[in-house]
Amino acid sequence: MIYYDKVSKVYADNSVALDQVSFGVEPKEFVTIVGHSGAGKTTLMKLLIAEDYPTGGSVFLESTNVHNLNKKEMSKLRRRIGTVFQDYRLIPNKTIYENIAFAMEAAGRTDAEIAADVPHVLELVDLSKKIWNFPRELSGGERQRVAIARAIVTQPDIIIADEPTGNLDPTNTYEIVRILKKINEMGTTVLLTTHNRGVVDAVGGRVITMENGRIIRDDKNGKYIL
Amino acid sequence: MILTTFKRIARGGFVNFWRNGFLSFAAVVVITLSLSAFGGLIFASAFGNSLLADVKDKVDINVYFTLSAQESDILALQKEIKALPEVSSVDYVSSAQALTDFQTKWQNNALIMQGLQEVGNNPFPAALNIKAKEPGQYGNIANFLTSKNPQDSNGTPIIDKVNYQENKLIIDRLTAIIPTVEQVGGFIALIFVLVAIIIVWNTIRLIIYTARDEIAVMKLVGASNIYVRGPFVVSGIMYGIVSALITLILMAVFAYWSDAVVLKLAGVDVASNFSLIVNVLSAYFVHNFGEIFVLIIGSGIALGGVSSYVAARKYLKV
Repeated sequence: MIYYDKVSKVYADNSVALDQVSFGVEPKEFVTIVGHSGAGKTTLMKLLIAEDYPTGGSVFLESTNVHNLNKKEMSKLRRRIGTVFQDYRLIPNKTIYENIAFAMEAAGRTDAEIAADVPHVLELVDLSKKIWNFPRELSGGERQRVAIARAIVTQPDIIIADEPTGNLDPTNTYEIVRILKKINEMGTTVLLTTHNRGVVDAVGGRVITMENGRIIRDDKNGKYIL
Repeated sequence: MILTTFKRIARGGFVNFWRNGFLSFAAVVVITLSLSAFGGLIFASAFGNSLLADVKDKVDINVYFTLSAQESDILALQKEIKALPEVSSVDYVSSAQALTDFQTKWQNNALIMQGLQEVGNNPFPAALNIKAKEPGQYGNIANFLTSKNPQDSNGTPIIDKVNYQENKLIIDRLTAIIPTVEQVGGFIALIFVLVAIIIVWNTIRLIIYTARDEIAVMKLVGASNIYVRGPFVVSGIMYGIVSALITLILMAVFAYWSDAVVLKLAGVDVASNFSLIVNVLSAYFVHNFGEIFVLIIGSGIALGGVSSYVAARKYLKV
């Protein structure tokens, strides 16, 4: 479903973020990518949603090279991928309802669908009572759950979560992992990056370990070896 | 679907405008100041044009006839002068009319009235007051009168004096100054408009800069460019409309206030002698309200909307 083909990324200051990285992800798989800061995890995620461009190699979603798309096709591709960021990236002057509804509006959903699905997805992340609050009125854990709700509300094929627990305490970390596993069980492919051993142990499944822009291990059964 | 998209974009713009209260306030203040400068230029132009028209109107040449000149000869000459393409108007003031005007003007001055009585006969000659369409055309009219040199049936010239040479200095100066004043005014207006555009553009750019992360997130969740940029453009148009309405109110207040100030400074008696200057702004504002409204509202919408559209483009490249 997703295939990174000899992908390299060298930034303007000549720092190498990725060096000839190749791996594939099957539909409905839950892949955890681990590594220290600067290992290249976030760059991998950014390349998949074309937030950044590789300096070598290609990234494919099914048979499509995601960096060869025009603006319209790019928007369509991004609607197939729900993204959860470490810093939540919620829109500050929109309520929780509006933040989630925005993703559905962007995907061309009707007002009736939005009115039905937003409360439902907020129930899933246990935030029904905060529906009319603004992001600034929520805790870090709650904001991350809103970000997950926004990522899944359009029922995308893939969820990518870049260090979603990086700013959270252990209780909230466990909660986020539980939600992501549940989403995966419902049939969504999940790519998760983390450097938290507890998260890897809780998730299980396939673990890709990165170091200095290269894959050093790819285990079917999750182990955190660093 | 297009209607739904438009409705959502408009709603997003309204929500942005309302919830970003401080930024909206700042944008409205800046655009109002810029549009007020624009409004000031409109007023300055109206006042300047009125002043120039007044000065132009006060310049004329007078043809004084001999006391023996026949009215029929003078009226025939008036007809010929009227036919000249340079001439705007020719007024005939008869000898009797000139006397009446003099008496009316000096009726309260016993010394002058006594002197007039001592002269006995009407000493005032008949005259033609000629106004040209443009100050520069008086020379041609004077040349026409010199070459024509009209005479009565006895062959005696009927023109006693033409005061062109006496007025020539002021006419020549006006002819030279007026186009310069108009050009300098136009240049200053252009500079003002450019400065206003640059200030508004930078303010809007700053507002959109603060929303750059928001724009990036919108793009990353799959929103199209129009869907991301639309609400910012709507907000920009709202800044423009609100600013334009405030500017129109300020212009109305200024127009009526300035009239009152001119009256107070000049005094009612003096002011009544300069009717073209007094009330010029309020009269101009009322008579041209439709055009001013369209111009100010249109400028506000263009400034806010176009600035937002262009400023947002930079951050859409995600």
